[in-house]
Amino acid sequence: MTPNDTHSAARAAAHPGDAGRVDARRSAPPPNEPAAPRRERVRWEESLLPPLMALAIALVVGDLLILTFGQSPGAVYRLLLEGTWGNAYGFGQVLYKATTLTFTGLSFAIAARAGLFNIGAESQLASGGFAAALVGLALPNGTPGLLAVPLCLVAAAIAGGAVGAVPGWLRARFGASEVIVTIMLNFIVLAALNYVIATHLHVPETLHTPEMGSGAMPRFAAFSALFAGSAANTVLLLALAASGALWWYLFRTRAGYELRAVGLQPDAAEYGGVRVGSVWIRALTLSGALAGLGGLNYVLGYKHYYEEGFATGSGFLGIAVALVGRNHPLGVVVAALLFATLSQGGLAVNALVPKQMVDVLQAVVILAVATSVPEVRRALRAAARKRGGTP
Amino acid sequence: MILLVFLAQTLRIVVPYLLAAAGGVMSERVGVVALTLEGLMLSGAFTAAVGSYYAGSPWVGIACGLAGGLAMALLYALAVVRYRADQVVVGIALNLLALGLTRFFLRLAFDSSSNSPRVPGFGGGASLAGGASTNPAVASLVASLTNPLVWIGVLTVPAVAWLLYHTPFGLRARAVGEKPEAATSLGVSVPRVRVLGVALSGALAGLGGAYLALDQHQFTDGMTAGRGFIALAAVIFGRWDPKRVALACVLFAAAETLQIQLQGAQVIPSQFVEMIPYLLTIVALAGVVDRATPPAALGRAE
Repeated sequence: MTPNDTHSAARAAAHPGDAGRVDARRSAPPPNEPAAPRRERVRWEESLLPPLMALAIALVVGDLLILTFGQSPGAVYRLLLEGTWGNAYGFGQVLYKATTLTFTGLSFAIAARAGLFNIGAESQLASGGFAAALVGLALPNGTPGLLAVPLCLVAAAIAGGAVGAVPGWLRARFGASEVIVTIMLNFIVLAALNYVIATHLHVPETLHTPEMGSGAMPRFAAFSALFAGSAANTVLLLALAASGALWWYLFRTRAGYELRAVGLQPDAAEYGGVRVGSVWIRALTLSGALAGLGGLNYVLGYKHYYEEGFATGSGFLGIAVALVGRNHPLGVVVAALLFATLSQGGLAVNALVPKQMVDVLQAVVILAVATSVPEVRRALRAAARKRGGTP
Repeated sequence: MILLVFLAQTLRIVVPYLLAAAGGVMSERVGVVALTLEGLMLSGAFTAAVGSYYAGSPWVGIACGLAGGLAMALLYALAVVRYRADQVVVGIALNLLALGLTRFFLRLAFDSSSNSPRVPGFGGGASLAGGASTNPAVASLVASLTNPLVWIGVLTVPAVAWLLYHTPFGLRARAVGEKPEAATSLGVSVPRVRVLGVALSGALAGLGGAYLALDQHQFTDGMTAGRGFIALAAVIFGRWDPKRVALACVLFAAAETLQIQLQGAQVIPSQFVEMIPYLLTIVALAGVVDRATPPAALGRAE
């Protein structure tokens, strides 16, 4: 391990079932290996307990915040649910927000599976949206969607992937911490995009590009009047497809196996013949590409132009989504729905309590999950050892 | 005269960087990642504004800013030292938490979603000097020199350097950041040293935030605007050594001042000047000239 391998053990803690220096006791095999079904159960408990505990803690914090504002928690939570899952418009908005969060969540998850932190989804998402808007603007008006949409899609993936590849390469080549590089790149890339928009591409008096003539993807409102007015659109299907594809890649392909092996134990993977450096580059490139695709939701599905700051915060929330979804593609989709509900719910309850309350709750959920994962794991393994019998 | 304007403005800009970066050095030298600087500063700025507003005294504001940063830092220490949670994830979460909490309590305390009312701050010297001299640069310099936080900021760096290199605590802190196992075997309590280091970073970053709020006489939503990350960049670019970190802060502040001064001239687009600290940090990490090597145990749970 190189001295620059800054965050390796912190990283190890991000993964369930991960050997590392964090808890040395685990590296010794438990006496009387428990039967397979029991181990399976422990694994499930390890994945599900922290998010559930986190939600409980968030509920308590939410109650306190609501009470400080002199409102009744019951009324606020009822309003939150009614404003999100209770009507078609609110539900459509939840789906719209969940679409972007699914992409950024998957983006963080694939890097995390390789043992890396991609904190750069914020700028990768913007680059993807920007590239898609550029392609949409460059194509002649009325280009058929069957041609324009895939082109925009590829452009978004390439732009996001390119931004992701830089920290991957710097990490593989120089051992530079990808955490710091991705954070710094956020500022650099966003400043560069703002410069291009401000000097060359904006519609006067606004911060966005002109509308693109082709490449739009239909909103759900086009199929059902129920969704009228909500931004939910067919990019959601792309997000679900990406989740399925990532599951296939991670758990059914050789490259995915190598990626997970590197995430669990880079030294062992290297000894097993995996080229760790190229896996790092590949993982961060794919991670950036997934985040880049998230830009389509706004650009192709909703407004049909790129606007400065169109997805501020979605990149960081993707970290929360992946964490609660336990870096599993399916879990990410569920967690994205949860966080989208909170975001949209904040608007619904704004009349009673400041919508900023949900910002606090989202942060509390991340904090609680991150804190309880190592604790729950220790407690469960200790309990499993005890159940497994005395040595 | 241009030089004086330049110096006065650089001094104003560099103070929060110095405070936060000194905190960052303390935190990272004991092996705890300082991604939280942004959130710590923001909390400090908010509590400083609240304290100054209700007590009517900027001195109370300073104390509250310190306490606000300290409280957030203790929460961070609880999560990453006591519960050994992932430092990067908790760090990001804490930044989001600070943003959310300050917004929520801004609504609660001042019924506004953008800024607090005007609070007592430092800079009364500006009008005083304005009477004596009509020169804005001199006035700004006098205002800075009568602001106690400027002095605290300038003295912080030598203080941290002295603490790290000339006291028993500093020796232990560096040992904990480089090789916690060795420190443990010598009877040093790794968790205690780490909590102290993180607490100190919170207090310093909180003071940095307090400076922002008291200098501008109000708290505005998200007023740190990435300054915590610039401070982190300075820590890395300065290779975790207080003296070099201070130089990095001055360099970044000077670049920012230059950009403000050149704004009308359109020589270099401001967005490119904004990039300088971040680009330099990446270059330092990649080690094109001489690679920046972090403390060996940085980010490790134990």
